[in-house]
Amino acid sequence: MTGLARAKARVLVAMSGGVDSSVAAALVQSAGDEAIGVWMRLSDVSDSHSEFERSCCSLDAAEDARRVASQLDIPFYILNLEREFDEGVVQPFMRAYLEGRTPSPCVDCNTLVKFGALLGRARQAYECDAVATGHYARIDSQGEGGGARYRLLRALDPAKDQSYFLYGLGQEELAHVRFPLGELSKPQVRDAARAMGLVTADKRDSQEICFVPRGNYRDVLRERAGWASDPGPLLDVDGRQVGEHFGAAGYTVGQRQGTGVALGEPRYVWQIDAGANVIKLGRRQDLETQRFEVEEVHFVAGTPPPGPSSGATGAFQAEVQIRHRGRPAQATVRPLSPIRWAIETAEPVWAAAPGQAAVLYRGGVVVGGGRIVRSEDSEG
Amino acid sequence: MPIYLDHAATTPLRREALEAMLPYLTEYFGNASSPHGFGQRARAGLDEAHEKVAHALGATPREIVFTSGGTEANNLALKGAAWAGKARGHRIVTTSVEHHSVGHTVRYLEKFGFEIVELPVDRYGRVDPDEVEAATTPRTILVSVMLANNEVGTVQPIAEIAARIRRHKGVLLHTDAVQAAPHLAIDLRALDVDLLTIAAHKFEGPKGVGALYIRHGTNILAQQHGGAQERHRRAGTENVAGAVGMARALELAVAERLQTAGRVRELCASLAAAIAGTDGVLQTGHPTERLPGIASFIAPGIDGASTTMALDLAGIACSTGSACVSGSTEVSHVLTAMGYPVEEARGALRFSLGRTTTAAEIAEAADVIVRTLAHLREAAAEMRLQRVTSAVKVPGPDPTVAEAPLE
Repeated sequence: MTGLARAKARVLVAMSGGVDSSVAAALVQSAGDEAIGVWMRLSDVSDSHSEFERSCCSLDAAEDARRVASQLDIPFYILNLEREFDEGVVQPFMRAYLEGRTPSPCVDCNTLVKFGALLGRARQAYECDAVATGHYARIDSQGEGGGARYRLLRALDPAKDQSYFLYGLGQEELAHVRFPLGELSKPQVRDAARAMGLVTADKRDSQEICFVPRGNYRDVLRERAGWASDPGPLLDVDGRQVGEHFGAAGYTVGQRQGTGVALGEPRYVWQIDAGANVIKLGRRQDLETQRFEVEEVHFVAGTPPPGPSSGATGAFQAEVQIRHRGRPAQATVRPLSPIRWAIETAEPVWAAAPGQAAVLYRGGVVVGGGRIVRSEDSEG
Repeated sequence: MPIYLDHAATTPLRREALEAMLPYLTEYFGNASSPHGFGQRARAGLDEAHEKVAHALGATPREIVFTSGGTEANNLALKGAAWAGKARGHRIVTTSVEHHSVGHTVRYLEKFGFEIVELPVDRYGRVDPDEVEAATTPRTILVSVMLANNEVGTVQPIAEIAARIRRHKGVLLHTDAVQAAPHLAIDLRALDVDLLTIAAHKFEGPKGVGALYIRHGTNILAQQHGGAQERHRRAGTENVAGAVGMARALELAVAERLQTAGRVRELCASLAAAIAGTDGVLQTGHPTERLPGIASFIAPGIDGASTTMALDLAGIACSTGSACVSGSTEVSHVLTAMGYPVEEARGALRFSLGRTTTAAEIAEAADVIVRTLAHLREAAAEMRLQRVTSAVKVPGPDPTVAEAPLE
């Protein structure tokens, strides 16, 4: 069935019900391709809600996406990816907190769900040539056909750039992914949506993690992982106990810790030892570091870039960014083992928390990235 | 042209019904309750619709109450009978395979103190009349069992159930005949039920109109209050055009029934023969006691929603079973009640044929469906393979020594 030659490319557009993916769908269509809208059902929303239960806002999002698809006159479907999302995003998210790490759910969702399971289904089951999303990032290519090489670039609008969350994409994915908004600014996207009269044109941007209701991840831990408060010691920089925390999983590195601790200077969560249920606080400067290590390293090109001295050590120069909207720092990246790399920065970076994604750039190009790991065991 | 194989969800409005309706949407626009000439013209149309629907079902005109559709008629039957019978008892007996307009209505009544007994069904979706009788106690006020199932097409032994219920004084018997009406002969003189629901859009009538048959002398409480319409049983200005269209469509469906049902049964059988058995696809529902136009299947290992999407893109409109649940992980309550494990029930597919379905459409559909299922099965295998390989893939300088789990 793949032998059918189509004049138009068939592009599956992941529509969230927000303005960005609405305009992405419109742009795919206006480029002359066959757009198919899908809304991914990712977490459990009840269909059978009665007057006795709260109605669900998540289904409203699906309805908005459906309405935009009908305004554009493109087919629209709801795809259930609950299992993939739970395995690939929600479980690792909870595990990270329970183990004292900072999760990166949006990275996982892109790598494993949107450009993993969804892209797989689009290509294998629905004979699509590509998946398009409303991400702000760009892809360019050199060469044609099987020999083509793809690069992932920051969005033109630095204020909206989302390339940080996309470093897990490789050549195979980039060949079949489209980011129609990469050249646009948010006001341009809104203007385009208004000009087309799309119902989502003036919808507020979502800020929260989509599966964390009311923005409190501790509720998710309680409800889905059975997490309960488990008080333990809060230690200051010098190891002195200065208070009590309510359970290590309820804290994030870099979080300001004011309540119950009066030490003159502000304190931040510095280290979380979930096993011992101990949280160590630090002053702002204690959380600064110029060296950290990463694992689960991925390179967009498939291999690391060549280093300055023709790669004898495998080391190379790049800019590293350790959070979305974070400021990139000049860095030397060096392999320690096949799975572990060290990153040394020219200037200090703040709160490089285990679990967080460290993304490597060269200019506007995403080189790759990895997950920050606890470095105590290899320091020295 | 896409091929429409979802007649169990709804049917196109047939030309004759539309033509019958048009005058009542234009010159005969009067309110059927108005005493003047305009009202009288509309009233005449409404009366005639009562007569035709009653005649088609073997009832009398005053036993027919027009509603806004099957869901409202089911709600009126169940809530009306429950509240009217409350002084006598509180037990309602039904089955585990009813449409949500019955299933969710009894759940609602349960919150007000009614005791709901949901009887199990066999692997074909049939309820045992002996079990219905055994569940019927002196406290029972209502038994509600559908005439035919909307997802798998299984026909229930209503006549036998009625015969047993009649031994228990004062128990009302309701049947939801919404899905049965297009193709099954419904003769209320023989069926012996007290309440029966039909909906026009399942037999090429308009959407937004249905009817509840209420046997003469049956006491149910109105659920919608206001005017005296439909003999105080359903307040609200009558949808005359809808009732007229429904009556015309039903009249024609009954007149053509033998011919239509025979042809549809044959087409449906050829479609089922082409699909069932290919790559482990199995047919669901009763082998013989079934509606002529519904062919339902389970394609193991392939998500039904994915299949309907792929088929839609390939030009075949069908369903996983019910049009009411979208993208849900909630699997069919009908298939689980029939004993199918959740994993299998996810692979549910329903093709439903109508009077206007042609042999050429079925031949083409069979071909596309078989090819699409084969393609999806390959794709599913491919994706499983990719999952396994991506789980061991770790990018880095030397992937051969690397080992890391997916998560």
